Amino acid sequence: MSEIKLMQGNEACVAGAIHAGMRFYSGYPITPSTEIAELSAELLPKHGGKFIQMEDEIAGIAAALGASLTGIKSMTATSGPGFSLKQENIGYGIMAEIPIVIVDVQRSGPSTGMPTSPSQSDIMQARWGTHGDHSIIALYPASVKEIYTTTIRAFNLSEKYRTPVILLMDEIIGHMREKIDLEELKDIEIYDRKKPTVPPDKYLAYKVSENDVVPEMAAFGEGYRYNVTGLVHDETGFPSGNEVVADKLLKRLINKIENNKDDIVTYEEYMLDDADYAIVSFGAISRSSKVAVNELRELGIKIGMFRPITIWPSPEKQLSELSKKVKKIYVVELNAGQYLLEVQRIVSGQCKIGKYGKINGEIITPQEIVSFIEEDIYA
Amino acid sequence: MKQYEIRLTGSGGQGLITGGIILAEAAILDGKNALQSQSYGPEARGGASKAEVIISDKEIVFPKITECDLLLALTNVACKKYLKSLKKGGILVIDSSVDKPDRDDITVYQIPIIETANEKLKKSMVANIVALGALNKILNLVSEKSLENAVLDRVPKGTEELNRNALIEGRNLIV
Repeated sequence: MSEIKLMQGNEACVAGAIHAGMRFYSGYPITPSTEIAELSAELLPKHGGKFIQMEDEIAGIAAALGASLTGIKSMTATSGPGFSLKQENIGYGIMAEIPIVIVDVQRSGPSTGMPTSPSQSDIMQARWGTHGDHSIIALYPASVKEIYTTTIRAFNLSEKYRTPVILLMDEIIGHMREKIDLEELKDIEIYDRKKPTVPPDKYLAYKVSENDVVPEMAAFGEGYRYNVTGLVHDETGFPSGNEVVADKLLKRLINKIENNKDDIVTYEEYMLDDADYAIVSFGAISRSSKVAVNELRELGIKIGMFRPITIWPSPEKQLSELSKKVKKIYVVELNAGQYLLEVQRIVSGQCKIGKYGKINGEIITPQEIVSFIEEDIYA
Repeated sequence: MKQYEIRLTGSGGQGLITGGIILAEAAILDGKNALQSQSYGPEARGGASKAEVIISDKEIVFPKITECDLLLALTNVACKKYLKSLKKGGILVIDSSVDKPDRDDITVYQIPIIETANEKLKKSMVANIVALGALNKILNLVSEKSLENAVLDRVPKGTEELNRNALIEGRNLIV
């Protein structure tokens, strides 16, 4: 039986989450992410899961963190100012090593901004929105099919590295409907967190076994008792003010992500083999950039596109290599210049950098990119 | 076929987004590619509403429409706002309540979509389905069978006959 259908981006996110094993959703609805809450409310009870609408976005992520501690894969979704409200508890999830997925369907800001208009202006908030030194995983798909597969990947990475994973989307890909073949996606593998192999009285909640990247995670309610805190803690989970303990913990939390970039970082390269120029673009805008690449090639300009699917940690190695091959990299993003800063840091003078951005709530069209780059090259 | 881009416009609550979804689903039933998107004001009813459908045999990359091949306008406000986005040589379908615009580089069909829904079918809410019947008679973009199946798949139970008739009445508006 064929499973080809027209599906909305937000709908594909929920379908992918359920495929990945999400059985708890808590949140507070906000445009343009609301369909994710609506569909989770509709579908979770049919899959033996639970949905709860909390009093606000802060409680939304807090409940998801609590549910995850009981061994249940959990998600929350938000947009705009809601993403600001999530930040404190994203830090809590990082510190206490609680796997959850936070979806941010980006809209125009700051504050309530333009609720129904698209934007890519949470790129840096995804990286540094919560306070303190930390590393973070943030993924950003560009099609309905990729939203489905990337949502599964977000859950898998959050379970594997015991950390909150941010799934970035935007109003355009969240609300558009595209063809998807679910039959072709039914065998995508899922990863579940490792549970303790020792009995409860021998369990050290935050001790990493040899050859492991993260501690084994007991589910509350299964007889294992331990302390969960946002304070710096030792292997038992109880707070510590010791500088050796603090240094060891914070470095471990950062390195479990930074040292595993080869596993975490994914990207797409389009027409880069013989390229003199490259566009760096992601999400909905990468689709404008792809059309622009085709049109610029017809005008005789050898250009390609590099699309990070893992936004954080950034594809540092790949972008650095790219900057040695091309004359100029254009960062095309629907904001005032955010990923631009990361690309500048990585490229570090190895090639020229241009930027094209927009902050009026309208999409960047392929024609705009073509005109901008053509003028820039021939100027 | 080449990529065909359709913009359905009117006011919020006229079912245009549902209409766009149905048209895209019909194209997929026919084995084509389709992408549907929309934009709407923050208000749920009465604001300007616009649904876009792209149908193609190939991959659809850019998800929005800059210039459309066909524009449907159910209100004067929508027609005035979006007329300039209709390609030269494009097709404009307007309700009889909408003023015929002053453009001689396009083909205009002025037909009683809303009146047919109100008077003949006694249900204003099927105006979107009447419009789909008419559009597809003009364009022959999707098979009649797929369009009917897509409509019946989306409408509430118990309204199948009404919606089937709406499609037929829409088709009959084009002679």
